Amino acid sequence: MQTTDLSRRHFLSIAGVGGLAATMGSTLPWQAPGDPLASQNQDLGEGKIVPTVCEMCFWKCGVHARVNNGKLVALTGNPEHPLSRGRLCPRGVGGIGALYDPDRLSEPLIRVGERGSEKFRVATWEEALDRTAEGLRKVADQYGPEALALFYHGSGSSYFKTLFKGMGCANIPAPSYAQCRGPRDVGFELTFGEGVGSPEIVDVPNARVMALIGTHLGENMHNTAVQDFTEALGKGMRLIVVDPRYSVAAGKSKHWLPIKPGTDIALILGWANIIIREGWYDTAYIARNTVGFDKFAAEVSKYTPEAVYLETGIKPEQLIATARELADAAPHALVHPGRRVTWYGNDTQRSRAIALLNGLLGNWGQPGGFYMSSSIPLKQAVNQPANPPHKDPADRPDGIYPFAGSVLANGMREATLTDNPHPVKAWMVYGTNLPQVLPDPRKTIEALKKLDFVVAVDILPTEITGWADVVLPECTYLERHDDLIAPWYREPFVALRQPVVPPMGNSKPGWWMVKELSKRLGLEEFFPWQTADELLDSRMVASGFSAKEMGDIRKKGVITRAADPLYLAAGAPLDLATPSGKIEFWSQQLEDTGFDPIPVYRRPEQPGVGEFRLLTGRSPVHTFGRTTNNARLLAQYPENEVWLNRATAVDMGIRNGDMVMLKNQDDVSAGPIRVKATERIRGDCVYMVHGFGHRGSKLSRANNNGVDDNSLTTRYKVDPIMGGTGYSVNFVTLEKVEV
Amino acid sequence: MVNTTHRYGMVVDTIACVGCSACVLSCRSENEVPDELSRRWVNQETRGRFPELQMKIWSESCQHCENAPCVKNCPTGASFVDDFSGTVQVDRDLCTGCKACMASCPYDARYIHPTGYVDKCTLCNHRIAGGQETACESVCPTSAIVVGDLADPGSKISTLLRVRKYEQRRTAAGTRPKFFLLV
Repeated sequence: MQTTDLSRRHFLSIAGVGGLAATMGSTLPWQAPGDPLASQNQDLGEGKIVPTVCEMCFWKCGVHARVNNGKLVALTGNPEHPLSRGRLCPRGVGGIGALYDPDRLSEPLIRVGERGSEKFRVATWEEALDRTAEGLRKVADQYGPEALALFYHGSGSSYFKTLFKGMGCANIPAPSYAQCRGPRDVGFELTFGEGVGSPEIVDVPNARVMALIGTHLGENMHNTAVQDFTEALGKGMRLIVVDPRYSVAAGKSKHWLPIKPGTDIALILGWANIIIREGWYDTAYIARNTVGFDKFAAEVSKYTPEAVYLETGIKPEQLIATARELADAAPHALVHPGRRVTWYGNDTQRSRAIALLNGLLGNWGQPGGFYMSSSIPLKQAVNQPANPPHKDPADRPDGIYPFAGSVLANGMREATLTDNPHPVKAWMVYGTNLPQVLPDPRKTIEALKKLDFVVAVDILPTEITGWADVVLPECTYLERHDDLIAPWYREPFVALRQPVVPPMGNSKPGWWMVKELSKRLGLEEFFPWQTADELLDSRMVASGFSAKEMGDIRKKGVITRAADPLYLAAGAPLDLATPSGKIEFWSQQLEDTGFDPIPVYRRPEQPGVGEFRLLTGRSPVHTFGRTTNNARLLAQYPENEVWLNRATAVDMGIRNGDMVMLKNQDDVSAGPIRVKATERIRGDCVYMVHGFGHRGSKLSRANNNGVDDNSLTTRYKVDPIMGGTGYSVNFVTLEKVEV
Repeated sequence: MVNTTHRYGMVVDTIACVGCSACVLSCRSENEVPDELSRRWVNQETRGRFPELQMKIWSESCQHCENAPCVKNCPTGASFVDDFSGTVQVDRDLCTGCKACMASCPYDARYIHPTGYVDKCTLCNHRIAGGQETACESVCPTSAIVVGDLADPGSKISTLLRVRKYEQRRTAAGTRPKFFLLV
């Protein structure tokens, strides 16, 4: 039996510039002439530009890929694409490093050692797909399709979702919900009747005042969000930043409020109280557009500036001055809803408090507030599977998390561990590295060990692939088609991801894998096309694209149509999708389900002596743990460090650059990690960039480089309203080590 | 000072720059700079004591000085001022890699390319000659970088320097840099 030595040398020889290109016309072992995988855009000439869509994060900017003689040499922003406007973030530019990463999975693998041992043999696609279909079918036959689960993240997942629905499975979670944005959208749905989406419907360029609460624009590099942010700063927008850390955004603020972590709800309600008490709001607007305002005003009256100071550490005069800034600029003032908001387990209520403060500022549908988005509706050209007969996913037994708007990845793990409400026996994991993503990785490993079958689809040999029985190597976003992309935005558009270069090694696009699996699972009816191109064409025809648009989308990578009005007429009454049709300052829905109908601040548990709350965030050049093996991006931020207040460090005898071990409240250690002793953080917390410290022996740069913050999240608080997982509830001590 | 057709220079707006390094990476792709080396770099300067802090962030490169010590100190004539753009360039064929220019540059803007010659920011001379933006300017998500002709009073760069406050780096060295930080 051959074990994998996915020889880097072999891969490089395939990936080499001329090698692949020169042979494209003839035959490669995996690519017969006329193979549907062949890209339309193979032009071996100098300086060919292929427009496509980035996947280095999930903003999905339009990019121009410059290809010289079959080699990708540069990625730049597509000027025609509304989410890039010709510009691009560092991760997008560094996508070349993902394409030419020598550690990429290049062959299908079948496990030969114990699960998790990372011991595999190379298999043919035929065998790997047979095994996958067999593994899934066996579980479905024995336990029913509700014993399957598909965890996913990313554009290529759409076909896998169709496959799982076709099998009759509703267990399809994405961690981008319960581990990231979910609580925010539920908080806004409960208040305004709709979430804020992605891209967020925030009219930042026209805001005269904006408050960021723990949101790190400028370190979080969503392209157009940062463009809008700096455009507004250039126009004189006054910025308020609430953050225990002096973030890049804080460095551009007029007011930095270094809040005690976990006390945000007190601050937000304190702002609301000042604005109401002082009468700095539009009483006619509130009377016309809200329900429960009087109850809200009475409830928040106890959040006096003095009371808020005792909880948050923000001085009364600073709270009043910033409330005044917001109120004076209303309705062109915005309290940003943030993006990853899974912090303390009360995140839906905090997001709701933010929504209510925006409601008080009257900015819904107003310039500088929340704009009205539009999109181009897309239709399916082929049969879609009916909703699975068992509609309820396994993630929320006994009606817990009543407002979960999407399947919970943590809930699916829990069901797998407990067999409640029923056994879950097979996981397919597409493009999400669960051991670094879900809190308390010990539980994830335990669940993985318990399963009958695990299959992972990935680009790199990440931790999750090491736990799989079958690994299906996907090609990168630069080598494949994916489904059409048509988000809700300022101007409606449809963008096309198309291959820039052919797939490297023996990697394949997701759509091809699904098509092949469907033949083995008797689900061909849902995949009646031969190529992704054919499918996309039929979708565009079904969606009523003109011939010109169908040509343009391939030539330009994107088509746009006229936008609906961005704003509501000033003074027009709101017509919201809430039960009352109005902004719900008091929520009957929450009352009926046993939750606080108005957000209530409760003091969070505090770190003990010598302990620090562990906070995490991002580097502008990295997307979670997905990019920490990318040589180009690593060159800009090679290793994470732990930020520690300088004066605190002095007290502890720790100097900038010293190495320390981190130990959490459950005696789990991580490190050593370098200390960044800095004025830029409070003394009661430490901070590190997420995504480092991989434990995947085949990730030559990322393995054991830096420290994995997620390994320290052995405690997490689940939001009882919608099931999101709050991560920032772990406390660590620092112990200096000699290296 | 050499008389040139144009006087191309660069401004970086410190209000806008978030220090993301998109410019550094874009420059690497455009100019085939190895991963471990950089023609550009990002600075982050924090002043004060918690919680009274101030921060300035900017992206920086060769300043294309009008009194360039690298040009004066180059023994072979490899470092020179381009007649057309007024930018400082290195002729790879003439460069011996002696590093005299590196020692004389107050901005530490130069490095030895693995193939032996000294390399640095060219202000994308190959692009600006054809009217294109530099790789760094074109990619910057914050539009913090503006490159243009200081000799043209109507250029965006000249306008910015008239209406905005600006600083220059290490002017005491007498280098007369054409690199400006809007503050």
